[in-house]
Amino acid sequence: MSQVAITLAQNAPTETLPGTLGALRAPRSLWSNAWRQFRRNKLAMIGMVCLIFLAAVAVFAPIIAPHNPVQSDLRTAGKYRQAAWIETDNPKTTGDWSYPLGTDGNGRDVFSRLVYGTRISLVVGFIPMAVIMFIGIPIGLIAGFVGGTLDNLLMRLTDIVYAFPALLFFIIMQISFGDTPVGQLLNGLVLLFITLSIINWTGVARLVRGDTLALKEKEYVEAARASGASSWRQISRHILPNALGSIIVAGAFIVPGAIIAEAVLTYLGIGLKPDVNLAAPFPTSWGQMIQSGQTAYRNQPWLLIAPSLAVALITLSFTFVGDGLRDALDPRDQI
Amino acid sequence: MLEYAFRRILWVIPVIVAVAAVTFFLMYRAPGGPWDREKTLPAATVKALDAKFGLNKPLWVNPEAVNLALSEGVRNPVALTAAFIDSRFLNYMTGVFRFDLGPSYASKGAESVQELIARKFPVSLKLGIVAIIFSVLVGVPLGILAALRQNTWLDYLSLGTSTLGVSVPTFVSGLLLLLFLSRTFSFSPIRDPEEWVGFGPAYLLPGIVLGLGTMAYIARLTRTSMLEIKRQDYIRTARAKGLASTNVVTAHMLRNALIPIITILGPAAADLVTGSIIIESIFGAPGLGREFVESISKRDYSVIMGTAIFYAVLVAIANVFVDLSYGFVDPRIRVRR
Repeated sequence: MSQVAITLAQNAPTETLPGTLGALRAPRSLWSNAWRQFRRNKLAMIGMVCLIFLAAVAVFAPIIAPHNPVQSDLRTAGKYRQAAWIETDNPKTTGDWSYPLGTDGNGRDVFSRLVYGTRISLVVGFIPMAVIMFIGIPIGLIAGFVGGTLDNLLMRLTDIVYAFPALLFFIIMQISFGDTPVGQLLNGLVLLFITLSIINWTGVARLVRGDTLALKEKEYVEAARASGASSWRQISRHILPNALGSIIVAGAFIVPGAIIAEAVLTYLGIGLKPDVNLAAPFPTSWGQMIQSGQTAYRNQPWLLIAPSLAVALITLSFTFVGDGLRDALDPRDQI
Repeated sequence: MLEYAFRRILWVIPVIVAVAAVTFFLMYRAPGGPWDREKTLPAATVKALDAKFGLNKPLWVNPEAVNLALSEGVRNPVALTAAFIDSRFLNYMTGVFRFDLGPSYASKGAESVQELIARKFPVSLKLGIVAIIFSVLVGVPLGILAALRQNTWLDYLSLGTSTLGVSVPTFVSGLLLLLFLSRTFSFSPIRDPEEWVGFGPAYLLPGIVLGLGTMAYIARLTRTSMLEIKRQDYIRTARAKGLASTNVVTAHMLRNALIPIITILGPAAADLVTGSIIIESIFGAPGLGREFVESISKRDYSVIMGTAIFYAVLVAIANVFVDLSYGFVDPRIRVRR
């Protein structure tokens, strides 16, 4: 017995008194546990690597893209140069590795446009998510903690938002505000942020409210209350940290939803407006490319295939990451 | 239960009012008018058209009409109230509850929006029916097989398909499918308008694409709930008393596993609505979804408003139906309420 105590004491950190059972490893927090579980999920890690790759593509777009995404090559305008590995009889349309995925109807390089399109997809996914969290979390916390009128108001509001098919609301907002100064900002990106935030914050607020309702009845919150913790302290130290898991999971599913909404709206011709400015930071989006690809897919199939695969890749990656996060953080409802 | 059902159904009314009001005011402040043409119409014509369709009336209430009526010697309070609320907003709102969504301006008032919906919606409905049938007939067996053969290639295949279906938007999968079919089988999405009459094979492909997302979701849901039920005590009991395997699966597992499927009917309704807007445009189906997209470019505001409200009502009703059906299929939920 004393033998064991001595070995333990030797392995334990120095401040542990000899003879007591010190921890053999540092205690794992909830978060490091979740991270361990997330890392073990292969699909989630693949998704995360894809997303990091796409983020790098978005940041370094000017270095990666071989051509300016807006500049037309007049020699091939209207000619639809094919993807590099497709050969045709016409030297103007045959594949050429200087245009890896060919050119579009205006003679612009499809690959460069695809690279720059990554920027809009990521921005349109993450900025509304941040806004939604910023609005939805406080309102959900207060509604759940205080209850009363605000709570009722929130629930009724979400009922209305749930009944309004999101795409229809997006379309109506675009028609209504598309020509105003706000609608013109960044070719309509800002309006899209606003619309996505309006539709989605209620969902987050309702989720946080539900968590808060359940958490505030928990023993540890009751203990905090009994020992005189203020409402603010109960919320910030006990309720919010415990609700964070499901909030993060919800966030991971808001982002692809926003990306799809942008692509659909732009595909329908009422989302982002095309940019002709050569130095534009957000010159095109995958939705725009799909729209132009659909009209020309007989002439240049990669004009449609490339952006479609890009949208599929980014939404799949987010689904994998979201599923992984849910398994790691939110054991409640796993589908 | 009855009281809850009653309250739940009544709650649809304020939801519709709110959706209609939001739609009305957003569209009211939209730029351009129904009479914008390439060639500007004469001012007198515009004025006459505005008067014909009541577009010259005030937005909220109409005190001028009351004054006019008073000066004409009208003293009947009902008639005076009617004159007072003779405004664009209130006329529209009362119209919504009389299923009168106003004239379609693009047709110069020849057709009302509700007539247009009645004419176009059947095509969308038929697409939706194909989509639902497809998603249940494929999604449920896929989920069951995956759960019964957990962690085999069958499971991974089913999971892979459903993950693709859930995460890839239908307009992307639809377009890629179309591209694939047109290049390998020289399939053309352009169809004779005659083919959309009745219930022909033209509905098959767009209906399936429309149902892809729901199918995937159903498959995932069925798999999860089957896996959960597989471990229940009553399943072990059923096996222990020597019931045939098929019997256990169908009578004991499926019956309970299918309960959650109903819960996705609400989100599925919203999905099919938004999906049909895009799918109909891709496949050229002459349904309400495509009409909606076309009315955007035509700036036919009354059609946009009417269609949006119609869809919102559909989704709201689907949500109520789902909420109420919980109690019928799962007695445990009924007790809790």
